[in-house]
Amino acid sequence: MSFVEYSERVQAGDVVIVYLGHESMMPVKVQAGGQTQTRYGAIRHSSDLIGKRYGSKVTCSKGGWVLVLHPTPELWTVNLPHRTQILYTTDIATITMMLELKPGSVVCESGTGSGSLSHAILRTIAPTGHLHTVEFHQQRAVEVEQEFREHRVAHLVSVRNQDVCRDGFGVAGVADAVFLDIPNPWEAVGHAHTAMKRHGGRLCSFSPCIEQVQRTCEALAQRGFYDLSTLEVLLRVHDVRTVGLPLPHFGPDQSPAPAQSPAPAQSPAPAQSPAPAQSPAPAQSPAPAQSPAPAPVHASLAIKTTTPPRSMAGHTGYLTFATKPRT
Amino acid sequence: MAESIEDDDSAYIIKEGDYVVLKRGDIFKAVQIQPRKKVMFEKQWLFLEKAIGQLYSTAFEVVSGGHLEPQKAKTTESSADAKEAGVDNRNIVDDGKSQKLTRDDIETLKEQGLKGQEIIQQLIENSSTFSDKTEFSQQKYIKKKKKKYESTIMILRPSCRILAMMYHGREPGKICHLRYDTLAQMLTLGNIHAGSKVLVFETCSGLVLGAVMERMGGYGSVVQMYPGDGPVQAGLESFGFPPHFHDTLHTFPICHVNALLAGTLDTDPAKELAADSSDASVPSKAGEEAGRTDTDTGGEGGGGGGESSLEEVKMETSTPAQVEQSEREKLKAIRLQEKQEKMEVKRKKLAEAAAQLQGKNADGLIIASRFHPAPVLLGLIKFLAPSRPFVVYSQYKEPLIECYTKLKEHGSKEHGGVVNLRLTDSWLRHYQVLPNRTHPVLQMSGGGGYLLSGTTVDMHNAKAASSQQADKPPPAKKLKLTGSEG
Repeated sequence: MSFVEYSERVQAGDVVIVYLGHESMMPVKVQAGGQTQTRYGAIRHSSDLIGKRYGSKVTCSKGGWVLVLHPTPELWTVNLPHRTQILYTTDIATITMMLELKPGSVVCESGTGSGSLSHAILRTIAPTGHLHTVEFHQQRAVEVEQEFREHRVAHLVSVRNQDVCRDGFGVAGVADAVFLDIPNPWEAVGHAHTAMKRHGGRLCSFSPCIEQVQRTCEALAQRGFYDLSTLEVLLRVHDVRTVGLPLPHFGPDQSPAPAQSPAPAQSPAPAQSPAPAQSPAPAQSPAPAQSPAPAPVHASLAIKTTTPPRSMAGHTGYLTFATKPRT
Repeated sequence: MAESIEDDDSAYIIKEGDYVVLKRGDIFKAVQIQPRKKVMFEKQWLFLEKAIGQLYSTAFEVVSGGHLEPQKAKTTESSADAKEAGVDNRNIVDDGKSQKLTRDDIETLKEQGLKGQEIIQQLIENSSTFSDKTEFSQQKYIKKKKKKYESTIMILRPSCRILAMMYHGREPGKICHLRYDTLAQMLTLGNIHAGSKVLVFETCSGLVLGAVMERMGGYGSVVQMYPGDGPVQAGLESFGFPPHFHDTLHTFPICHVNALLAGTLDTDPAKELAADSSDASVPSKAGEEAGRTDTDTGGEGGGGGGESSLEEVKMETSTPAQVEQSEREKLKAIRLQEKQEKMEVKRKKLAEAAAQLQGKNADGLIIASRFHPAPVLLGLIKFLAPSRPFVVYSQYKEPLIECYTKLKEHGSKEHGGVVNLRLTDSWLRHYQVLPNRTHPVLQMSGGGGYLLSGTTVDMHNAKAASSQQADKPPPAKKLKLTGSEG
């Protein structure tokens, strides 16, 4: 297992994602002799996990089962221990494409935070790229570095514990792309410029507030960055449901037209001949039977559709992209 | 760490034959650099040969004759000469008379060889209302005129970002209206990365295939599953991938999927080769027949077979010299030989692609097509290893609802099962950011299509599995109960 390479089977030392049920997962460090408690009972690592094929069922001590999944940056994003506010997959996907990341890219990032974006960057730039990530919080820097080792991506990343606004990224002229997620990105624009390749590259700044965007854009333009573009991207989830829609009943059909079933197609019929008068108008319809259909009770139609969640993330942050010219 | 290893310019020079992207404002066009070739871009004929030897991301001025001239050091926005400006627009009347220059005057200016900047200056000087406009309004006016009269073109190296935006802006119909941010979601949700084995089924002109290949960087393998006679890869060349990238690309016709799954797909080259070569030694009617059957099985090169039979007829009606006939027969034999070699290469490629699929251990599946996604997904998901992501794009939501339902229903019978199924779409809004004028851009995309994503799992082979259901909740509830009791 590695976050940049799939394996078929679980090995000791792997970090796996245990799937407990709908929207419920947990990361597990697999150790020989280790044990993990779940609500379905204990998972014994040596007998239940090691050697298991990724994606297969694991029976817990109380008889229930869970699934063991291969970690991916996307699964990690929804399972990682939060030390900060994190970036989610929708923004990460947009950032990755708009920064033009691919295998071999050299990327600078600050701050590292909980490492949600870092893992996604590493996945994309492996096996030949490199990530220089700067985190001013010492403990966070230490913890994320530990995670990189456990996820077997440490060879692709350098973690620096410093303040990017004061000390920069610690590299010069090497980066194809720079990502900023800091409170005052405009103060780091100069350092970003320094870190980037002479030939140019792409920059992204993530800010929740529009005032931050404003100042950052001014700083970027001043530094000669061009093609500035600020956007917002939101994910909309559609929950697939079968819903029952009751059909109205307007009482027994009095029109000479025969009522066969309370199908929706029938509804225009009463509208066409609203007169309840019993005027015999045989020319109006080829009525075969005059017997009024029994009143349908609780007729309803089942529809397969989607519903929006009751609430959703309506704002994460503004993404500002820019291109550095060659210098 | 790559400490400025590639700091020399050689990797950034535009060369003849390069696939590049022309950019003017927000408009892109992918072209190949060919000398003396006329290119139409934004209602202008261009010749690109002057760009050869220049660096990528250089801005060019289009000069007379459609030739390109590298722009001199960018003249910084001349907004410094802020003259008088109005407070609001109460005195500005739209009577169509504010601009004293007529269309003909402007054309004359253009013919005199005035640059865009100079024409705009003329326009400003001849506008009776410009000085009454507010400062912001003046800037907007200049920006608008710049767009119209300045013909600066940038030549960029192609990338997934640029090509996706280009297709979305120019020809969305060719990519099933797949918006660039939706494509971005697909690549990320599909965990596309170097070294994996990814199946792609698309009818998006090769954009999705190219995007996947860019993310794989020439490591691992991509199998393009294609419908019909041949894979559509028109947009793939626009990415300008180095040749070794194409070695990682395999193609497999979906019409052979059932045979492959049933184990009856015949791709044994040795057997077929033997049959062909024996035919080749008899370059007469028999040989031709063999050629024809080849055409049938291959599904391609039908034109060739037809031609040769026509020739045959002609020859029979007029036989002037025996020599000529034998000459022709020889030629035909050669042609046949070539065709067989071609068929052989094809068969070998098919066998290679089949070998990629055989293990049913692919690492990712990306579907984006105009086909109904349900049969495509259910047909191809069988080739994925467990615990691997798949992503299906559709321009419409309903077919994805069907996919969702079918995946849940069939559970572990048809395939191993899936978890984390999610039907989503994304909402994208751009912003204008200017001092005191920041707001969302007036126009936005109404929709970028829908995605169904999930992860494959293997629901079989669990010893003492309490239930065979595809989803978890039932056993969970049961356990909770027993747990609280005990």
